Amino acid sequence: MAFTLYALIQTAILFTNAIAVLHEERFLSKIGWGAEQGVGGFGDEPGIKAQLLNLIRSVRTVMRVPLIAVNSVCIVLLLLFG
Amino acid sequence: MIADVDVAVCVLEPEVRMRGTPMDPGDPSLLFDDTSAGGNRHEHSGVGQGPDVYPGQALLSHPMSNLAMAYGSSLASHGKEMMDKNLDRFVPISKLKYYFAVDTVYVGKKLGLLVFPYMHDNWDVSYQQDTPVAPRFDVNAPDLYIPVMGFITYILVAGLALGTQNRFSPEILGIQASSALVWLIIEVLAVLLSLYLVTVHTDLTTIDLVAFSGYKYVGMFVEVLAGLLFGRMGYYLSLLWCCVSTFVFTIRTVRLKILSEAAAEGRLVRGAKNQLRMYLTMAIATAQPVFMYWLTFHLVR
Repeated sequence: MAFTLYALIQTAILFTNAIAVLHEERFLSKIGWGAEQGVGGFGDEPGIKAQLLNLIRSVRTVMRVPLIAVNSVCIVLLLLFG
Repeated sequence: MIADVDVAVCVLEPEVRMRGTPMDPGDPSLLFDDTSAGGNRHEHSGVGQGPDVYPGQALLSHPMSNLAMAYGSSLASHGKEMMDKNLDRFVPISKLKYYFAVDTVYVGKKLGLLVFPYMHDNWDVSYQQDTPVAPRFDVNAPDLYIPVMGFITYILVAGLALGTQNRFSPEILGIQASSALVWLIIEVLAVLLSLYLVTVHTDLTTIDLVAFSGYKYVGMFVEVLAGLLFGRMGYYLSLLWCCVSTFVFTIRTVRLKILSEAAAEGRLVRGAKNQLRMYLTMAIATAQPVFMYWLTFHLVR
């Protein structure tokens, strides 16, 4: 299977875009994956679901601005080079 | 004849001095042997017999050219320092040096362990004041030399295999290399993600994971080589053997890092946490034979 590094970069951008697009109020709270539902208590071990929700929330917060830049660059490059 | 050597040494002198300045006295001596004793000797012999009259000397002893040489050497050393500092921020070079501090005995023993891990008893990594010992002193420590060399050998053997089937072209090598590299990156990212989700507090760094995932390239190129030499039967036999030994090797190495103390010694420890970690170890170990088959079966016809 011929996987190039360029395909990996494309996959990473698409995945990050997908995570960033999940809306907090309209979608995540409706299916029980909202930010406040992840905090279980002050036990020592957050479960897998809490870790996953934390991960989604932090990816959305951190990658919002860089994704704007990366997506703009991608759009320009795809327009220029097809 | 001796005067020739003196002039050559005088010309070399500024460069030797330049290379000498940014070296830390204590830093590389622990990992690598110090082989710079030869250079110091040459420098001393040149200083004593410098001002012998020679036609080329007139240009070198001019004051402006001395100034220019000194300025040039200081500029070069300043540029080298800045580049080192900036490079160190992105690629941790000092940490990488630890993974390449190997010697022949270690490589031999580790390769033997990769192919036959069943007789080895003690898989603990020994520590020295809270930092792991360099690989040359401990067989169980992970290193990056074998994975890198195994990767390169795998690419070369893949090219050889494709060549014997008349499917070779120079781009194929690049495609194979980037394909294998991409799968390695995906695997390391998947392991990192699952380690984060299961909240395992280990001292496994990313480079350790790259090293553990890279050990399967040794098995892969043995398989392709056997497939070349002995046909499909040889490929399947060596596939079976290498997959099982890489599986056992990975389990025994990773288990100590991920599981808690008691479970790692083999005693049955109840509890959902340890069970999850055991599943994670099994998943990591199972991914190795899967990749070993996936990345080699199209090379052997």
